[in-house]
Amino acid sequence: MGKTIAEKILSNKSGQNCRANDIVIADLDFVMAQDGTSGLAIQAFEEMQAKKVFDPQRVAMVIDHSSPSPLAGVSALHKQIRVFANEQDINLYDIGNGVCHQLVPEQGHVVPGDLVIGADSHTCTYGAINVFSTGVGSTDMAAGMVSGKLWFKVPETIKFIINGKLPAGVYSKDLILYLIGDVTADGATYRAAEYVGEAISNLSIDARFTISNMAIEMGAKCGLMEADQKTFDWVKEHSQREFTPVKADPDAVYAWIKEYNVSNLEPQIAKPHTVDNVAPISEVAGIPIQQGVIGTCTNGRIEDLRIAAAILKGKKVNRHTRLIVAPSSRQTMIQAMREGLIEIFMESGAAVVTPGCGPCVGTHNGVPSDGENVISTANRNFKGRMGNPTSFIYLGSPASVAASVIYGKITDPREFIK
Amino acid sequence: MNLQGKVHKFANDVNTDYIISGRHKFKTLDMKELARHVMEDLDPDFYSKVTPGDFIVAGSNFGCGSSREQAPMAIIYADISAVIAKSFARIFYRNCINTGLPLIECDTDGIDAGDKLEIDLSAGVLHNLSKGTDIPITPLPAVMLKILNDGGLVEHFKKYGGFNFD
Ligand code: SF4
Repeated sequence: MGKTIAEKILSNKSGQNCRANDIVIADLDFVMAQDGTSGLAIQAFEEMQAKKVFDPQRVAMVIDHSSPSPLAGVSALHKQIRVFANEQDINLYDIGNGVCHQLVPEQGHVVPGDLVIGADSHTCTYGAINVFSTGVGSTDMAAGMVSGKLWFKVPETIKFIINGKLPAGVYSKDLILYLIGDVTADGATYRAAEYVGEAISNLSIDARFTISNMAIEMGAKCGLMEADQKTFDWVKEHSQREFTPVKADPDAVYAWIKEYNVSNLEPQIAKPHTVDNVAPISEVAGIPIQQGVIGTCTNGRIEDLRIAAAILKGKKVNRHTRLIVAPSSRQTMIQAMREGLIEIFMESGAAVVTPGCGPCVGTHNGVPSDGENVISTANRNFKGRMGNPTSFIYLGSPASVAASVIYGKITDPREFIK
Repeated sequence: MNLQGKVHKFANDVNTDYIISGRHKFKTLDMKELARHVMEDLDPDFYSKVTPGDFIVAGSNFGCGSSREQAPMAIIYADISAVIAKSFARIFYRNCINTGLPLIECDTDGIDAGDKLEIDLSAGVLHNLSKGTDIPITPLPAVMLKILNDGGLVEHFKKYGGFNFD
């Protein structure tokens, strides 16, 4: 009987021949927390009476959620993180470096076959490059920092086979929104997701990250893909580390398997206030929009900025609408400047803000007003997510956001795509 | 580990905001204060009804929502000795074991509010003393049992300086 990617990585890292539902203690390759979760993790670390982290090179803290700090209380928390990071000599990504889930792979910290935890629910992002990565609470984070190990219940896996070719103007964001709408927000709880098939192989690594990033929105513990030549090239460009990719066996056992064909997929939009409340864009086109957001760990990468800029080039953001662009990292922003994308955004009337989470989680950088509609490339549209429970958040691809802010209403981006 | 107490019954999908509302969880890190507000949106008098050792019993998907550890901590400080449900949300499940709150997965349809229960964790059985029934429980794996017996992951690490299951 064969094994899934999750079973193989956890077997490798625990030294135990494990199967779904076994409990193992496994070695961690990397451990990460952000500015909203580091505080409690540091507190638990101290309560454990630990002196040193297991390996400073394998631990990172990222100041990205409220960055630069909007409040004195947040500044105090940031200071606590800086003091701890300096004492422990761990990786610290201070304000302006970017979003944690962009930085961890981009800075070469993780490679295929790795086992990674992060005190942030979207840690599942690195599954796109064949990493078993998952979000945990702060005591887990502290245990990981102290020992370099953690206990895991080996998850069962759901396999998504995605056939066909995405049409022009339809992107990996539309694909993952469609899947979440289909399986619902808790359809994959306790489980790992594996994404395979022609439509996945055809995607760039940037586009694949978007899919794995949103695995948690169907409840999954991680969102795994196999490594192919594109993965190898991307990883070698970003990391010096040696790696051993992991493939699922042909006779691996799955909880269930779902097959799709995306050749006729329309752009998809998640409507307020749940991510699985998904509709094809034709159903929501025309809804007025007061704010657009391009960025976040879901869709703030260079390819996303290129797609949005191609639509916005030579056009203006509607006078009843504003656009906020938050590149996912400093490197992404520098690259976007070199390619003239930032100029396009600024000339269109956008506010380009510090690389980081931007307005995603409602702590700063663009809290909507009462009753306003927002269209965003983020991964969550929960009530109050952007800091105002009376606003409405729609989620879509960078192309859908760019097209919508030009007209000031939800707009199918395919009219801009030749 | 043997536990005894009476039942406070809840429905399916009790999320972490019901367990401890966002209104309270950002106000203080004082868990005794937070505990006064446990479950208050579902039952305003919950805290005052609890006798130390009592159980929370629910349907499926208990603890869904955010990864905040305040949720299990507040339940512990309200003197609840275990949560019994048909299933639990994943991060909540981890956080309970790590903070030392026993979780019991079993069929909860035959358990009603006010029932007296006795749970034998190592034998894997729940006795409903009020109804005279025995309900088999999914036994906790050795690793989790050990972390729970040590009082949670922080205490386990204090004791051994790391994971120790020998
Ligand atoms: S960009 Fe949004 S979803 Fe991503 S880590 Fe930041 S706050 Fe979380």
